[in-house]
Amino acid sequence: MERNIKTPLNDAVRLSLEVGDDVLISGTIYTARDAAHEKLVAALNSNEELPFDLKNQIIYYVGPTPAKPNQAIGSCGPTSSYRMDKFSPSLMEKGLKTMIGKGERSETMIQEIKKQQGVYLIAIGGIGALLSKTVRSSEIIAYPELGAEAVRKLEVENFPAIVAIDSKGHSIFK
Amino acid sequence: MLRIDRTTVINTIKSMIIETTKTLDKSVEDRLEFAYDNEQNPLAKSVLSKIIENQEIARKENIPLCQDTGVVVCFIEIGRDLVFDYDLTDAINEGVSKGYIDGYLRKSIVKHPLNRVNTLDNTPAVIHYDFIPGSQLIIHLAPKGGGSENMSALKMFSPADGKESIIQFVLDTIKNAGGRPCPPIIVGIGIGGNFEHVAYLAKKAIFRHIDDEANVEEDRLLEVELLEKINKLDVGPMGLGGDTTALAVKVNSAPCHIASLPVAINLQCHSARKKEVILFGKKY
Repeated sequence: MERNIKTPLNDAVRLSLEVGDDVLISGTIYTARDAAHEKLVAALNSNEELPFDLKNQIIYYVGPTPAKPNQAIGSCGPTSSYRMDKFSPSLMEKGLKTMIGKGERSETMIQEIKKQQGVYLIAIGGIGALLSKTVRSSEIIAYPELGAEAVRKLEVENFPAIVAIDSKGHSIFK
Repeated sequence: MLRIDRTTVINTIKSMIIETTKTLDKSVEDRLEFAYDNEQNPLAKSVLSKIIENQEIARKENIPLCQDTGVVVCFIEIGRDLVFDYDLTDAINEGVSKGYIDGYLRKSIVKHPLNRVNTLDNTPAVIHYDFIPGSQLIIHLAPKGGGSENMSALKMFSPADGKESIIQFVLDTIKNAGGRPCPPIIVGIGIGGNFEHVAYLAKKAIFRHIDDEANVEEDRLLEVELLEKINKLDVGPMGLGGDTTALAVKVNSAPCHIASLPVAINLQCHSARKKEVILFGKKY
């Protein structure tokens, strides 16, 4: 049974999500992968303002293919989340609660998600064409020099994901 | 003298890239359908159905199957009767550049591993050359994704470690990789050669046709044994458990030193995009 959830996720919705739940996400999500994470954390370390307010937001680990003239976005499936494990705790301390990626995360990260009462969702890797159909609009809001790795603000409708680590620290991976 | 003109090479590489990033070979699609039909785990089955649905959308709407349109890897077989009055590597890279820019594909290559400045056209490709009799130029091309490449491994064993150590190394590597290389995977294994040659063997193994089997009996038996054991690991599609962890295992071997037993494992994600084209030399 799929659950429709709207962003930004309020505490009640986020805390009610349990490992294995299928969700369909609608609303605003932000993209960032390796290079953008490095820049975001560097900005935090030098007390600079971030390009968007992290509070209760969702970051999706993706570097899409370029959109063709008639498209909102190109192929846009998730990238592996473990590479962001080094950066995510700093962002979570600033209010980030939800991340979407693919694959396992470190034990430290699981504990961090539990501590911050966050949630880690996974999308299916390698289905970027299908996922692109759920993206209504995409706008680069920071670090355009990073190309595919720039931070984008996406409006999505019924973006499919699975709860992989819930706010109680339960993980779908064995 | 037989030649293949530069423009033909460029245009061939360009169209191979654009086509292969949107459509898998029928043989790979068939394997995924077969896996879907035989999968017992409901979550795994639902992941496989989405993977299959994605192929239909990519083909119908001309959207890349995956956002990671990879680094281009080419194995080029050059007929000995061919003459080139231009730099073949440059021509291939020009085709790559055109393919990625005109095809709206992601540019995923950085100029230096530490400075990480994007080359903006996905060049350079990784190209391996070999010579063959005759006047054909055979191009094997694959846009290789980073996720599965990152989970690959190489180890120099001692001869006494033997077959059991190889099997354990492969199983450990795939179990530890979990969902990260985007299973169901194709597992390319190199055994023998030396340090750099064994990695080449493993890469060449994932370029083999998904339905073939190794020519060497020892390699063939290892392929069968490994596929069965890997699919009992319960890693499953995207690491969520299930019967389908690998679609195929390919083992390529080579002679090696009396002191050595090199083993390399190269993983290929389920978006196993690759293409082969044969160009024929013409008289000029």
